[in-house]
This record gives sequence, structure tokens and C-alpha cells, in this order.
Amino acid sequence: MEVNELQKIGVFVCWCGSNIAGTVDVAKVAETLKNEPGVVFSTDYQYMCSEAGQLIIKNAIKDNGLTGIVVCSCSPRMHEATFRKTAEAAGLNPYMVEIANVREQCSWIHKDMEEGTEKAIILGRSAVAKLNLNTPLIAGENPVTKRALVIGGGIAGIQTALDIADAGFEVDIVEKKQTIGGKMAQLDKTFPTLDCAACILTPKMVDASANDKITLYTYSEVDNVSGFVGNFTVDIRKKARYINTDVCTGCGACTEKCPSRKTPNEFNMGLDTRSAIFIPFAQAIPNIPSIDKNACLHFKTGKCGICQKTCGVNAIDFEQEDEIVTREYGAIVAATGFNPIKVDKFDEFQYSQSPDVVTSLELERIMNAAGPTKGKLVRPSDHKHPTDMVFIQCVGSRGESCREKGYCSKICCMYTAKHAMLIRDKYPDVNVHVFYIDVRTPGKNFDEFYRRAVEEYGVDYIKGMVGKVSTRSNGRLLVQGSDLLANEQLLLETDMVVLATAIEPDESVKDLATMLTASIDTNNFLTEAHAKLRPVESPTAGVFLSGVCQGPKDIPETVAQAGAAASKVIGLLCKDKLIANPCVAKSEELLCSGCSVCANVCPYGAITYEEKEVNDHGVRETRRLAQVNSAVCQGCGACTVACPSGAMDLQGFSTRQIMAEVDAICK
Amino acid sequence: MQINENGEFRPTIVAFCCNWCSYAGADLAGSSRASYPADVKIIRVPCSCRVNPMFILRAFERGADGVILCGCHPGDCHYSTGNYYARRRMTMLFGMLDYLGIEKERTRVEWVSAAEGAKFSATMNEFVSAVKELGPNRKLRDLRCKN
Amino acid sequence: MSENTNLKESILRTSGVNPKKCMKCGKCSGTCPAFDEMEYHPHQFVAMVEKGNIEPLLNSKSLYYCLTCFACVERCPRSVEPAKLVEAVRLEVIRQQNQNHLTANDIPAKLDSEIPQQALVSAFRKYAK
Repeated sequence: MEVNELQKIGVFVCWCGSNIAGTVDVAKVAETLKNEPGVVFSTDYQYMCSEAGQLIIKNAIKDNGLTGIVVCSCSPRMHEATFRKTAEAAGLNPYMVEIANVREQCSWIHKDMEEGTEKAIILGRSAVAKLNLNTPLIAGENPVTKRALVIGGGIAGIQTALDIADAGFEVDIVEKKQTIGGKMAQLDKTFPTLDCAACILTPKMVDASANDKITLYTYSEVDNVSGFVGNFTVDIRKKARYINTDVCTGCGACTEKCPSRKTPNEFNMGLDTRSAIFIPFAQAIPNIPSIDKNACLHFKTGKCGICQKTCGVNAIDFEQEDEIVTREYGAIVAATGFNPIKVDKFDEFQYSQSPDVVTSLELERIMNAAGPTKGKLVRPSDHKHPTDMVFIQCVGSRGESCREKGYCSKICCMYTAKHAMLIRDKYPDVNVHVFYIDVRTPGKNFDEFYRRAVEEYGVDYIKGMVGKVSTRSNGRLLVQGSDLLANEQLLLETDMVVLATAIEPDESVKDLATMLTASIDTNNFLTEAHAKLRPVESPTAGVFLSGVCQGPKDIPETVAQAGAAASKVIGLLCKDKLIANPCVAKSEELLCSGCSVCANVCPYGAITYEEKEVNDHGVRETRRLAQVNSAVCQGCGACTVACPSGAMDLQGFSTRQIMAEVDAICK
Repeated sequence: MQINENGEFRPTIVAFCCNWCSYAGADLAGSSRASYPADVKIIRVPCSCRVNPMFILRAFERGADGVILCGCHPGDCHYSTGNYYARRRMTMLFGMLDYLGIEKERTRVEWVSAAEGAKFSATMNEFVSAVKELGPNRKLRDLRCKN
Repeated sequence: MSENTNLKESILRTSGVNPKKCMKCGKCSGTCPAFDEMEYHPHQFVAMVEKGNIEPLLNSKSLYYCLTCFACVERCPRSVEPAKLVEAVRLEVIRQQNQNHLTANDIPAKLDSEIPQQALVSAFRKYAK
């Protein structure tokens, strides 16, 4: 046990003009606290935080050789930092300062002078009691690896990486698909300006790949993360493409010759098929094919190998294996994005039964000039031109049952208005009906956009929900829904039904959250450090959030958040050293039994175990002991209470200190 | 506990407040001059999960008449999960206090956010009057602690 | 008013439905196969019970057009379960008449293992009038 030297404490009671002195007899407080154990000096002054007040403190420290000071003043949230600096300037350890909050929690809420004075004395006494047990704390320092990792190569990840690279830092993007671009690459047009998604995204993709500060790891996944803020070590698994990427020119000859062409094309939402060796889309970056092992005839039968014969540069390598790359990073940004939910459980909408019932993302591909129908709007079942279309909103959003999500997916109202408008613009002969529960269009120029769909393009918005979709004998669909405003049940015959499908975080986020010790909420969205004030930081230091992995958002919001996350990363990486909060947990080696309870409650993964030799009263033995990484520990104290042997304590808020405060208050 | 000259019972109330929400809420109660009895004395802790049930027992042993623990609302904890731990631990403690025959109104857990100054003072007013109703804590007091 | 409040309380208790959960999407009415026969449609049932406007429901024929097919219960995104509310209002009518024609002793003879129990009970309530 550490033994505290005898403290020499100075007490400084602030008047705060009349704010404190009005209801607290400051002179009496100063006088009374002089009798507390350890107190050798006590005074009061009008404004302790002023230049002159701080000088009084500094002089008192020097003249009396004070080892610690108690300031009875406003809330520590206000001036604790000020007085710590004052103490430091006078040669004291800044953590030998305690504040008794006699303004917000005393003078301002009590009217009676006697009562106020009495309480102020007790608060001061409690601060003195705590300070008697304070020990000087020294904030640790950790170096920072000046390189960032962005997980996910959609618009969120690309924008974050570009902004970080712009500031001059190296940044790596890990993307699990064969190409960067994410969901935005699949979109046709974007609301509310209707510019084409590819026209604004592909230049950014090219920028990212051409930037010499950015390294792309496509078709790669994060396997393992260890370390802490400023010093992460990450294992990246580069999955085998069976292509030698160094020599491949991306000519695409192999993809044309491949005889296995029956695999549903994921990029086109399964609306057409692709070959076993394939490039997801024409503007893919990198523009290099990869072989789908499950579809490739060579892997299935060992016979084919046509691609190998076709390739002019001999880039096909069937022997290739996954490769693990281990790199160090200072900061990690999660930008893992989203997927539309599976709608096969919504039998009432006939999604699994009828090809003419499509999700909005499928419609995006149908409408896209580079899509399976070259942008021509046709019914998937017979490729005929539709004359009626029904959009159903909130499919899987805002529900309570297990097949639904409890939240609003946010983007559906706007993209449905966009689809409706584009269809009416291109094909004025198509009648478009939208069943809505609420139309939610907050955002710049968003409501105007929706109104334009109704007023200029004549889209028929129906307040109500569709109860049932069925197939008629003539091949068309019958939609039964309610029109609540007319208090009617509608029966509409239509050619296509489009489901505005809810979005959910990508599956991979669950494992990633565990690896990063970042928390996810009940919907698997990554949790931000503070809902209002720290929206792009994860509660885990050094981990940042970008895009839909944090919550549903549209492209402008995603880009804004990506920039915000990048600025936080830059703010971290431009530091040479990180100064840690010294009020962190510390384990007493001789008491620790190595039971792991503390590590289980730690929300930051700051506690690890080490086999260490200890000298327990003359007995030397090796024990499994808890070690707190002070750079990762945020000082919440959960472990201190969980520890069954009392080995874990929190510096600055130690058990003895808090007990002393309790005793002083109850005296 | 204190009995003043009019014979009025003045309870000693210890309030543990987490630094991020409830302590700030108490500050807001102060800056909006929402008064509550001076019997309440606040101890600042980084998070409600820092409060060991032992602290509460210690307070009762030393003569506190009521102890209240304030933390961030569930889901809002600065450390993500601290208040959940606090909630579970306090549930266990309350069960034990109940078993010991300590009135359950003497201990309480409340969620007060940094924006809820009015709630903080209302909670304290209510808690103090509830404790006043019960009278002094005599069961857990350790008489040896008193001179 | 107080009588209406009691009526509402009683219906909510027997049905176990919380009409406040309704987000007024109308999927129940969009689903209902008996919609055209009804004076008050499923979504109106929920809204009227929530408002305590129950008298018109007690006297409406709509009550007996509900087939208790439970499509609305199945499809309601908010799990409000309108059909259970309809059933509770029917029960309320029967209680007020104090003339339940079905006695407990009749039930075993009428049981058929193929019929879901809920449908059986609902049907008896309806046709026992």
C-alpha cells in the first residue's frame, strides 16, 4: 500500500461576487474549514477564478508549501481545469486539486444563510477529506501511428478516405466486395437533384484509387483487431481472386469466354446472370476480374480452364490462396453500410411468388441505363411495358413484429418520390400509385421534391397501406389496400409492385463491433459516443463511424458524416503523442486473483491478463494478473465494483476517497 | 441525522451523481435556481457504475438517512453500459436491504440527464420528504462510529 | 363520459389490445375481406375505441361481419390486433345483454379437433345471439 505523506492543504473560498457570498457566510466557511485535518491555510476572496484570485492561490501554495488545494467555488465542470492549471503553475500536481461545488449545488438553491453556510462547510469538509487521500497523478503518453484504416468502400468510406488523404495522412480502405463503390454504384439517379449516381460517384472512386496516400484492399476483410487508440494492429484477409492482380490488364476477354454463365448477378440484384469469372460492373475499381469458386467449372470439375488459355498476360492463377496482411493504424473508421432487408417473409406482397413484385433497389437496376434492361422500364415476368405501377412504402420499417424493423428507414419516402417522378417523366402513359403511411421529407429541397412529384408529375399518393397483393389470371397483379382519407378499400389492377424495403446494417458489423469493442444497438447499428455531441465517434477511443452503419441516412448526410469522421481522424493523427486521462483503473497486483470478472464488464476491452511473477510476502510465484491499459481505459469504474477481491481501484475516485467523502458528509 | 431546536428532523441525504448526466443536471438545477432541501449532499463519481453498494451501506452505517444514486438514462451512459451495471447492482442491494428490514424508500435509483435540472430538484424534494416521513435511520447506524 | 371510460377500460382489458400503438397505416382495412360489408372498418374500430367512442360500435352491424379471419392481426405492423378488439366489443354486447346462450356444458359436444379454438369461440359468440 502506498502511504500518503502528511498533506498540507489550502482552502480557498470564493465569493463569486454575491452569487455565493449572498447565501453563504464565506468567512465562516473558511474559518471552520481551517480546523479540518490537514488544512494549514484558509482564506476567502471575491473572485477566485480571476487573475488576482489565482495569484492568491499560487502565492499560498509557495508560501505555505501546500501539497493540495480545495477551492470552494462554482461547479468543477466550470473551473476545475482553470484551478488545475493554477496549481500546476505553482508547482503542484494538477490532480491535487479538489473543488467543492458551493454555488450550483448550494448558494443558488438555498435561500437561508444559516442553512447554506452549514451545507457549504459540509461540502468543503468532504472535499478536504477526499484531498487528504489524493495522490499526484501523471498522465501517460502514447505514440500515434499516422495511418488510418477505413472499413467499407462505399460512398461513406471513399469520402472519409479522400478527406483523410487530403490532409496528408496514409489511409487504407478495406472493402469486402470485388470493387469499391458500395450501394451508390447500383443506384440510377439521386434525389433531390436527379443527377446520375454514377456521374458523381465514379470520379470519386477514381480519385480514391489514383491517390497515392490511399491503398485499396478490395475483396478483403478485417480478420482481427488488437491494440488501442493510436496503436491498432489489424489483420486484413485478402481473399483469393485467382487472378494475378499485378499483371491483369482488365481487358475482360476471360469474362466473355467463360462458359459458366448461369450465376445470378449480385450487382444487378439477381435480375440477370453473370459468368464465373467476372467484373461486377464496367466502372469497377479495381477493374480486375475475380473467379467465383462456387460457379467455376475448373474448380467444380477440374476440366475447363478456358480463361487461362484466353488470357494474354497469363494472369489466371488457380493456385492462389487467401493472404493475411498485418498493418498498424492510429485510427479506424467503420463505414460498413447497409443492405435492404429480405422481404420473403412478407407473403401478403407476393414477393417470392411473382417476379413483377420487386424491391426498390431492384427497380433501381431496372431503371439504370447500365442495368439488365439497359434502363428500359419493363415487367420482369414478360418484359412488356407496364401501364400501372404501385409503390408500397414502409415495407419492413416502423413495425413491431420479428420480420420488421422498429425504426424508420428514412430514405424510402424520398427514393419512392424519385422513382415515381422518373417513371412519370420518361413514360407519361404509366399510372403511378404510392401507398403511404406518412410522407417524411425533412431535408433541403426534399418536401418541394415530393410536392413536385404530386403536382407536376401527377403521381397518385394514397394514404393507407396495402393489405394484399395477388396474381390475376391475365398475369397482372391485383393490389388490395385501403384509402384511409376516402375511407374506402381500393382494388387496383397493376403491372408491377415496388416495395420500399427497410434497410438494415450489413451483417459484417456484428463481428466487427466485437473486434473493435465498439457497441451496437438492438438494431445492429453502431452506437455513437454521444447521440448529440459526439455523433461520429464510437465510445471506443480511436474508432469512428461513417455512413449508414451508425443509422439510416441519405447520401448528403452520409458524405457530411464521412467528412466529420475524417476530421476527427485527422485531429487524432496529427498529434505526435496522446495524453491519457490519468483517472483510470489500476489493479493491485497482490490482491488480484486473475478471475477475469473485470475484463468482462469493461466496455472498452482495456483489461488484459498477464502471467507475472509476484512477491507475496516473501513467496515468489507466477500468477495471472489483470493489467489495465491506461491508454484505453476511460475511467468509468465498472471494474472496480465488479472486482470480487477489491484489487481494482480507480485513480482520482478511489474507494477510500469516496468512502472519506461519505464519512465527511455523514459526520 | 439532526434534530434542530424546533424538534424538526433534518435528514442526512447522500446523493451519488454521475459526472456526465446527473451531476450536470444538478448544476442545471442550480443555475435555474430550482431549489431542493439543503439536506442533500452530492458526491461526484465518474459513472453510476463506480458506486459500490458498499458505499451506500457505509453511508447508512455512518448515519445517513437516505441514499440516492443518479445516473444517465438507460442507453445514454457516457460509457455505454455503466448505468446498466449500476441498475443491476442496486437491484441486488435493494433486495438485501429489504431482507435486513431497511425501508425501501430510503434508497433510490433515478435517471437524470444533463438537461433535466427541474427533474433533479423535483426528485430531491420528493425523496427528502419521503425520508422525512420515515424518520431517522436507526437500524443500520453503527453507534460506534459516533463519538 | 365516465361510463364510456369504463366501457373502454373493460374492452381494453378483455382484448389485451393497446390502441395507442396504432400508427394509422390502414393495413388492417386494406387487408380485411369483409371491408365492404362494414359500416365501421377495422382501422376505425381501433380509433373509435381509443377515443372512447364505443356506443356506435356496440350498435353497429359491423361487429358481426368481422369473420375473425385474423388477417389484420397477422399483418398489422404495430401488433395492434384489431380483430381482438372487435371480439372484445362483441363480448361487451353480450355482457350487457346478459344473455349468453352458450353454457359450458354444451361445448364438449360441439368440439371438432380441426377447428381452431379461437374461431370456435368467436363463432359461438356470434351465432349464439
